[in-house]
Amino acid sequence: MKYTYYPGCTLRTKAKDLDAYAKASAKALGFELEEVTEWQCCGGVYPLGSDEIATKLSSVRVLNEAKEKGQDLVTLCSACHHVIKRVNDDMKNVADIQTRANNYMKLDEPYKGETNVLHFLEVLRDKVGFDNLKKMVTNPLTGRKIGAYYGCLLLRPGEILAFDNPENPTIIEDFIKAIGATPVVYPYRNECCGGYISLKEKDMAKSMCDTIVESAKGFGCEMLITACPLCMYNLNKNSVGDVPVYYFTELLAEALGVKEAAAE
Amino acid sequence: MSHGANKAEKIKEISGVNPLRCMKCGKCSATCPAFDEMDIKPHQFVSYVINDDIEALTSSKSLWKCLSCFACIERCPRDVKPGKLIDAARQLVVREKGADYLKADEIPELLDEELPQQLLVSAFRRYRR
Amino acid sequence: MQRIGVFVCHCGSNIAATVDVKKVVEIISKEPGVAHCEDYQYMCSEAGQAKILEAVKEKNLSGIVVCSCSPRMHEGTFRKAAERAGLNPYMVEIANIREHCSWIHKDMEEATEKAVILARAAIAKVNLNAPLFPGESRVTKRALVIGGGIAGIQTALDIADAGYEVDIVEKTPSIGGRMSQLDKTFPTLDCSACILTPKMVEAAAHEKITIYTYSEVDKVSGFVGDFTVDIRKKARSVDMDKCTGCGLCQEKCPSKKTPSEFNRGLNTRSAIYTPFAQAIPNVPVIDRDACIKFKTGKCGLCEKVCQAGAINYDQTDEIVTEKYGAIVVATGFDTIKLDNYDEYAYNQSPDVITSLELERVMNAAGPTKGHLERLSDGKHPEHIVFVQCVGSRCNDNRGKSYCSKICCMYTAKHAMLIRDKYPDVKVTVFYIDVRTPGKNFDEFYRRAVEEYGVNYIKGQVGKVAPQPDGKLLVQASDLLDNKQIKMEADMVVLATAIEPSSSVRKIATMLTASIDTNNFLTESHAKLRPVESPTAGIFLSGVCQGPKDIPETVAQAGAAAVKAIGLLAKDKLLTNPCTAKSDELLCNGCSVCANVCPYGAISYEVIQVNDHGIREERRVARVNNALCQGCGACTVACPSGAMDLQGFSNRQIIAEVDAICR
Repeated sequence: MKYTYYPGCTLRTKAKDLDAYAKASAKALGFELEEVTEWQCCGGVYPLGSDEIATKLSSVRVLNEAKEKGQDLVTLCSACHHVIKRVNDDMKNVADIQTRANNYMKLDEPYKGETNVLHFLEVLRDKVGFDNLKKMVTNPLTGRKIGAYYGCLLLRPGEILAFDNPENPTIIEDFIKAIGATPVVYPYRNECCGGYISLKEKDMAKSMCDTIVESAKGFGCEMLITACPLCMYNLNKNSVGDVPVYYFTELLAEALGVKEAAAE
Repeated sequence: MSHGANKAEKIKEISGVNPLRCMKCGKCSATCPAFDEMDIKPHQFVSYVINDDIEALTSSKSLWKCLSCFACIERCPRDVKPGKLIDAARQLVVREKGADYLKADEIPELLDEELPQQLLVSAFRRYRR
Repeated sequence: MQRIGVFVCHCGSNIAATVDVKKVVEIISKEPGVAHCEDYQYMCSEAGQAKILEAVKEKNLSGIVVCSCSPRMHEGTFRKAAERAGLNPYMVEIANIREHCSWIHKDMEEATEKAVILARAAIAKVNLNAPLFPGESRVTKRALVIGGGIAGIQTALDIADAGYEVDIVEKTPSIGGRMSQLDKTFPTLDCSACILTPKMVEAAAHEKITIYTYSEVDKVSGFVGDFTVDIRKKARSVDMDKCTGCGLCQEKCPSKKTPSEFNRGLNTRSAIYTPFAQAIPNVPVIDRDACIKFKTGKCGLCEKVCQAGAINYDQTDEIVTEKYGAIVVATGFDTIKLDNYDEYAYNQSPDVITSLELERVMNAAGPTKGHLERLSDGKHPEHIVFVQCVGSRCNDNRGKSYCSKICCMYTAKHAMLIRDKYPDVKVTVFYIDVRTPGKNFDEFYRRAVEEYGVNYIKGQVGKVAPQPDGKLLVQASDLLDNKQIKMEADMVVLATAIEPSSSVRKIATMLTASIDTNNFLTESHAKLRPVESPTAGIFLSGVCQGPKDIPETVAQAGAAAVKAIGLLAKDKLLTNPCTAKSDELLCNGCSVCANVCPYGAISYEVIQVNDHGIREERRVARVNNALCQGCGACTVACPSGAMDLQGFSNRQIIAEVDAICR
């Protein structure tokens, strides 16, 4: 099975691990992530104005490439996933955006939101299946008490992302079970880490991250996992900082016994 | 139509929000993680737009404190989604003045080793044209 | 050619403000066939009707057109006026120039032109009208009440007291409904069971009332005055006549893990059970999905301990077919599922409960025997937070658009009762608006605040976060103080929106009774016919029609009973003469009409015909006028044009269209 894969800017620089572990794990699980040929940055945040077009075009390009290849599009970074999935929804359901974007793009065939956008976690849940994943785990992470940190971008707005129940998600907890560890549920796992506010308002980000980490610790989390480089940065940099944070792909690679290979 | 009203119309257009749907329940302000930092609170955004008081909104601190975390958008029971209004107000400012909340020459001192590109990209898109 | 009188109504300013009625009169007066035309301020008034009588007499009119409001409003009025003037009532046509014209247009010129066109269409139709004569149908002097809650019980008692037979069909094992689950009732705080149980007993003992519990309506046919209904008596597995209600079977039953419906799943019940101690009838049922005997063939303990020999595992569902003149729907409500509202942590914490669950917690016969305690650890709470409007007043695809109406009052009741019984417990209520329209209602709410010290905060809860120590952190807004507050609570109670019972769609479909987008049954007129369904012979009682509290439900139940009694008191009903008629010379017996008829009104017979000297047998359609409701489906479906609707014939419709397109 081949998927078109969009890594995004940070996975080429500060979050190389997130990418490398994912690719190694995909190989072990029997699917391939085929990188988009000439991708550009998604912009990091979904364009705010409903009248904006130019800022959505990089997503449309990627989406169209996947469509031409007849593949689903897989993302890893929560922010890229959020932006591309929402632009795809616009291209499917908002006639005005669809027309104007296609006028810019001048494609052979207009793009109308045909591509299916999947987060890597959705591939694990819906394509591989957590039961199958469990069977393929060679090195179960038994005994580790792991808290899922979803953040906001993967889940909201729930109607469009349709990723999981935005108020009480389970996908990462199910993932944690599949790799043999013990999920720890805590109530702030879907609250914002502060996002880009940490550039100028470190105190704000710190208080938000502290709430998250304290809650997780209180419920017995020994570590947190995330899919987002920015969440990772904020939780590490701006919180009390005594609960280690990992990318979920790192634990996946470890459980599949391909961590060393990926690190090379 | 006054200048203010024009801007209010623009905010409604950019955001796609009809502020008249609000029933003033306050769930947005109950849920906002940046509430304490804001001078104009999320549930008040609606009245500022309805009353055409856009100057106050565009010069508010709140404009730069909203995290775009979508908590108010997800939980609003009336489909008003106040976060979209503040986003649109910020757009007005950013588009008009090019915005100066984040200056290019202040960036180097804000950086650190681990800071992900994603953060800069997002901040630029939020704070600047 | 008819001699037609046209009467144009101003409807005060309703029509006259948008339609130039004088001009309509001026133009219509010149129409061929119009012998008289005038306008008047209120045609429906006594004086307006007198004008019709006068004109018929003086101008020798044979047909009438009234340009006024919708025929749903006053067609009956003007038909009666025509009858008094000596005309056949079916020689009257209404041109709807209010709802279809003045109310929806702003431009007077356009509206006037349209009014003229609508009048012309009605004139064209009346030209082809022929006198019609209603038939008669019988009235079965028996009523069916669907639902055995307080609404159904009250309706049944009122009908039975008037001397008519009533059957109650209740799907659960006992009558009593939601009210039997409540602890106390506002605004007087009397115990719900104390005022309900006597009514349940009275209904059960009433010689005119038959109660079918654990039963459902399976099939409905017929029409007003003459419904035929199949009632499915689900297999109880217990002989109603032999059982003494001793309760030993329930005590001994080894399968005790099924969530109790009556206690909202807060505790469990046995497989053989009566929902609650005061159940009527006091005869248990065996839940076959939970029963070990039914699942594995082994056990049979209840049969062994039953001294009366009442247990019968071989019982099967039984269908009872009965005839009714009137049917009252009283199917009640349920609370919505809270899966869309996990920010309140209902699914995450046992200490977040709905208000209906709190009723069970507060009730002496409930899962905690009436002790107020946390369901997670049984601890006495220090602080309880109530959240109003959970799922009500939402237009975001998650909840209901309407106000559930009862929550403000029951929350004040809960808060007050808790403060009264446990003065050490702090109570906070988050509200958007406190809505207390009702006799002594606002005073009741104020008492909660002023005498019982309940802390009302205007604002909503954004998130409930369970804490590691078991407390619940409530994050909310205080709009009057412009603050975001975080407070620890031991329990959170959600005033959950109510919705019509899930069975109502199926029942409405069987009855051809209309329902709205929220599944509430539609009344015939929101103000003037609030307890009647638009489907003749179907009446509405209680929350199935819209959210209401107990006093309102009881009042409406009585009103529905009166309407049903009014119907049952008649010996004969006049049937609508606007029924379908088949021309046997054109009919080729293809059965298309019978297939589309929703009322089963069309049958076939073989007749002898003489076709150009050849005698042959032909299969032709026959319409049963008593069953036909005049919907016209058959006239459209008939491929040979044999089927026509009296009063709405194809010729008449075409003439109307021609007049409009002229």
